[in-house]
Order: sequence, then C-alpha cells, then structure tokens
Amino acid sequence: MTGDAAMQPVSRICAHTFVLPAENVDTDQIIPARFLTTTRREGLGRHLFADWRRDAAGRRRDGFGLEEANGAAILVAGRNFGCGSSREHAAWALADYGFRAVISTEIADIFRANALRNRLLPVVLPEPDVGWLMAHPGVELCIDLEARLVELPDGWRSPFDIDAFARRCLLDGVDPLGWLLGRDGDIAAYEETRACRP
Amino acid sequence: MTSRSESPATARTLFDKVWDAHVVVPESTDAPAVLYVDLHLVHEVTSPQAFTVLAERGLAVRRPERTLATVDHSIPTSPASWEDGLDDMDAAARHQVHSLADNCRRNGVPLYGVSSPRRGIVHVIGPELGATRPGMTIVCGDSHTTTHGAFGALAFGIGTTEVGHVLATQCLLQRRPKTLAVEVSGRLQPGVTAKDLTLAIVRALGVNGGTGHAIEYRGAAVAALDMEGRMTLCNMAIEAGARCGMVAPDDTTFEYLAGRPMAPAGQAWERALVAWRTLPSDEGARHDRSETIDASRLAPQVTWGTDPGMVAAVTERIPAPANAGQRRALEYMGLNAGQPLAGRPVQLVFLGSCTNSRLSDLRAAASVLRGRRVAQGVRMLVVPGSQETRRLAEAEGLDRVFLDAGAEWHESGCSLCIAMNGDRAGAGQTVLSTSNRNFEGRQGPGARTLLASPLTAAASAIAGAVADPRPYLADARRTA
Repeated sequence: MTGDAAMQPVSRICAHTFVLPAENVDTDQIIPARFLTTTRREGLGRHLFADWRRDAAGRRRDGFGLEEANGAAILVAGRNFGCGSSREHAAWALADYGFRAVISTEIADIFRANALRNRLLPVVLPEPDVGWLMAHPGVELCIDLEARLVELPDGWRSPFDIDAFARRCLLDGVDPLGWLLGRDGDIAAYEETRACRP
Repeated sequence: MTSRSESPATARTLFDKVWDAHVVVPESTDAPAVLYVDLHLVHEVTSPQAFTVLAERGLAVRRPERTLATVDHSIPTSPASWEDGLDDMDAAARHQVHSLADNCRRNGVPLYGVSSPRRGIVHVIGPELGATRPGMTIVCGDSHTTTHGAFGALAFGIGTTEVGHVLATQCLLQRRPKTLAVEVSGRLQPGVTAKDLTLAIVRALGVNGGTGHAIEYRGAAVAALDMEGRMTLCNMAIEAGARCGMVAPDDTTFEYLAGRPMAPAGQAWERALVAWRTLPSDEGARHDRSETIDASRLAPQVTWGTDPGMVAAVTERIPAPANAGQRRALEYMGLNAGQPLAGRPVQLVFLGSCTNSRLSDLRAAASVLRGRRVAQGVRMLVVPGSQETRRLAEAEGLDRVFLDAGAEWHESGCSLCIAMNGDRAGAGQTVLSTSNRNFEGRQGPGARTLLASPLTAAASAIAGAVADPRPYLADARRTA
C-alpha cells in the first residue's frame, strides 16, 4: 500500500521521462471525479489521465502517448502542475501507474504535499531545463535526492531545492504521522493552555 | 529561521495572528510547524482511506468534537432519486456514504448524514451551523475549504493522508505561507456580484498567481460584501492557486454568527467578540505582496476557457489566444477568438455549488426569473447548498419561482459542480454554471463549462444563451 504507513526510503530515481507539454494540468485531468467513489487507494493507475488517454468509446487517443511510453517513470510537465482539486487520488493514480517523480517549473501546493506523502518526488527546475526536457521526450535521467541533482548520462546536471523535512522523510523513510504522534506531549500541553484561556 | 511571531512588537496581519495562535511547535529549517486544527470538516469522498489508516494502526480520532462530517459530493440531488429512496444511486457511491456513517459511528464523530435536516455541502453547513468562526484554523479534504476564510479563519484544503494526520493528532505539519493583500477599491455596480469580483481577481492573478500565499482580501468593496458574498470571494482563492483567502471579521461577520446553533451564547459570546475584534491586521502590518483591483469598473464576468483564469467581461469579445494552452481551450470549448461571449447558446444552466448555492444566491437568481420562463430546450438545475437553505428558500416561495419558470428544484449537494452523483452534462453541451471550475470534463466528459454569477445564470437561462443580467434586473424592469 502507499501512504505514510509504509514509507520506503527514496534516494535515487533513474528512469525515462514521459513529457506532457501542457501548463496548468489540473487534478481533474490526472484523474476525473467519476473515479473518486472508491474507498481504496490502490488500482487507480488505470484511470490516470483517463479522458486524455481514451475517447468516450474507450479507444486510445492518438498523440497522447502515455501507453506507448513503456517504463517511463518521470513525468515532465508544464508550469503549475497539479492545480485544482485536493484529491490525493491524483498522486495515488500517478504512483500506481508507475511514476516516481514529477518535474515542472512550478507544482501546485496541495498536489506537492500529496505527492510527497506517496513517495512521488516533486522536482522544480528552471524554465530552460524543463524546456530542454520537453524538447527531448523519453530521455533517460537520474534524480539524486541526497545530492539534490537531476543528472543526464552525458554529465549535465541541474540542482533543485526541496524542503529539508520532506527530503529527510524520503531519504530515511520517516513516517510523518509517526513523527506527529511523537509530539503528543506538545499537543496535549497546547490543548491544556488553550482550554484555560478566556 | 526566525518567525515573525518572535517579535511581538511588530504589527501583524490577520493571517499572522491566526497562524501564531495555532503553532504547537514552531517551524525550523529542519521541520515544518506543528499547527493545531480547531475544526476538521469531513466528507465521504476524501476520508475513507484516512479512516482505514487509523484502523490499521490502531489509532483513535483525537478530538471527535472538533470534527464534523457530512455527505455532499456523491449524494444524488434529483427529486426523482429521493422519491425512489435513492434506489438509483451508484453502488460505489452508496458504499462510500455507508463507510462514512460507519467510520463516524465507530469514532464518535458527529455526522450530518443522509437523513439529517442540516445536511448539505460541507462549506455551506459549516458557516450555517456557526461551526465556522473568526480566528479558527479549519481544514477539510477539499480544496474549497478556503471558503471559511470569509470569517477571518485560516482555512485550507488538504489531501487524504493529511486528513488522517488531523484525525489522529488534531494537527498538521505546515510551512508558513507568504501573504498577499488583494486590495479591492471602489464599489460593485448593480448586477455585478462577489462572483464577478472573484472571477476578475483570478483573471488578474492567474491560476498560479497565489501559489505559496495566503490571500487577505481587503478594501471598501470587500467590507461592503455580506457574509455570503465574502464566502463566494474566498471560495475561489484556490483557483488562483492560493493556500487560503481571508477577510477580516467585522460587525457583518458577528451579525451573521449571532444565534447560530454552534455559535457561543451569553457571556461566552461577549468574550468571543472581544477576541474577534483583535483579529484584523494591525495598522502598518506588512504583506509579502500586494495587488489592487477597482471594483467600480467591473462588468459581469464569464469564463471562456478551461481554467478559471480564462475570464472575460460578458460585454467583451473572446480574446486572441496567448499560448498553446489557450488555443487548446478554445478548441475544446468550440469557441473562436473575436466572438462575443454574449449570445453563445447554452443547453444547461446550473445554479449551485459551494461558490453560489446560498440563500442570497437563490434570491438573486429568483429576482431575475420571477414571472419569466427558462428558454425552450434549456435545462436549469437549482441545487441549494444545504437542506436548511432549501427549507428557508421554500419558506419564502423561491422554489415556486424556479418551478414556475421551468427550472428543476433539487435536494442539496455538490451535484453538477463535480458531476459524480449522477447529475452530469453531455459531451459537447455548454453549461452556464455558478460553480468554481471549468476544467475539461469537470461537468461530464466533453462538457463545456462557462462560469458566471447567479444573476448571469438566470438571465442566460431565460435567453437560452449567455446574457448580461443587467437589463433583467428589477430596477431595469421598472424603468423599461
């Protein structure tokens, strides 16, 4: 299963890219709402980008290319990826399909938090780098979380920033819920102080 | 890293005050802040997996009394469904609704369930019950939680894993966002509403303009809005990518809350008022960014594309596409640059959603529809935001106005805003909708959504095409 409870460490991801040359890709496109009636996290990969992959009759749409990009595990997309609805199903669907990282010039706040909780690494790179990756679909690259570098086999490298806590959670397999539960004393003290307030 | 709260002499913003009051463990370079959550709103779609994690780990809900659940997203709203005892409900959706009831019962969480007279869209019932109050932190597994910021609360949407965190610990791990002041000067003209203002702001900021920021809406035009208008305004803060939107509480806020079922009463009310009056931003408090907009110059706004920043005045022509995304949007919408928006035929009109389904929204639409008919070939759904709103609307005869005009009068729920309850638009159909998202397929695969105000929705239903509501207003009728 995915989510906090089974945080396996993530340190280095090497894979081919799949390029989605669109900006403002909202979570309704990543997984349409009609697939949200599930009470489980598993198995949502088959609905990933459902309406961009398939037409109303279930036929594969030409030009999208996801199903042809066998083994691609790094999604490269335009600015503001994952905007809109807070549905974590979007991160579940991407991870279930096999994606392990998303690269963009900007990633929407709620989606970024959801991705991190599901070992889907959100990586923000400068415009020229994302532009180059867009122009070279399917390239193989490595994301080194320890060194905070995106690397191409020819030696090209681009550094990226990531929140220190999120990085530690991924590298060491720290479970954020367990970490929060460990602050129980602070939480109880806070509740006590507030209860006494006028 | 130092937090601004460490220098109490500094003038603080509304956001600063609410944030600072809820910090359990301060933020550092190594770890985000542990932020206490006063109210956790829960619904059937984004909570089941969180309750599963709790059960698997043997954890209880830490503060069931700070948790409030309802069913809204997948619940049918059509009168026929309810007459048939919801027999036609999708099996998966039914299972989800039952799961929520089970989870709430096991964990002692108050549930406004299927048969509750106070059931409704989570962002409508929170304020209606007086559960949403100034200075609170409020979260929900729903991005439109920003709505509650209208009360001077810090309210934002979270994913399901974080729903689990709040259920188990009543806390969240959060980095402090930056603040953005959106100063709205002037006053809205007749026929131009909070919805038009919020669409114009998303247009001005862009759908990523608020990313990483908490917005404070301020200025004369914001202060002049009633609470329902402020909720409409804050509801769409997320459409600019912002974490939350807030409005400073004032007498308008307090008058709305007085006497609500969960609002404090007696001495507790007096004490609360004293605390609430300290919340507005201090004189000289600095925001990280600020933007200004003049409300006086706005006409009714309508979206023409597939994100809520693709907005034009109803009097404008569709702009030439500035990039590939806008070209794709026009193609999806079946629209051409240079065409006027007004006059574009619509097949469906949806009055509802957490943006515009409150009593004032229903009254506004009814004022236009009274004595008129929905155009032939147009289907209009009126879906009140809650059962209580529905009851109040019926008490003043609004249901008759809608039914006499040929519109449908539904039970409450999210309905055609998210189209996962059986209410759905067909491929290629154009929907004039008072909801908040015009994304591809949002209201059904291939459906085309135009976002606008309740007044514009009513005028367009009558015209059978996108229409400027101003000639339909009561004042315009008298002078005609």
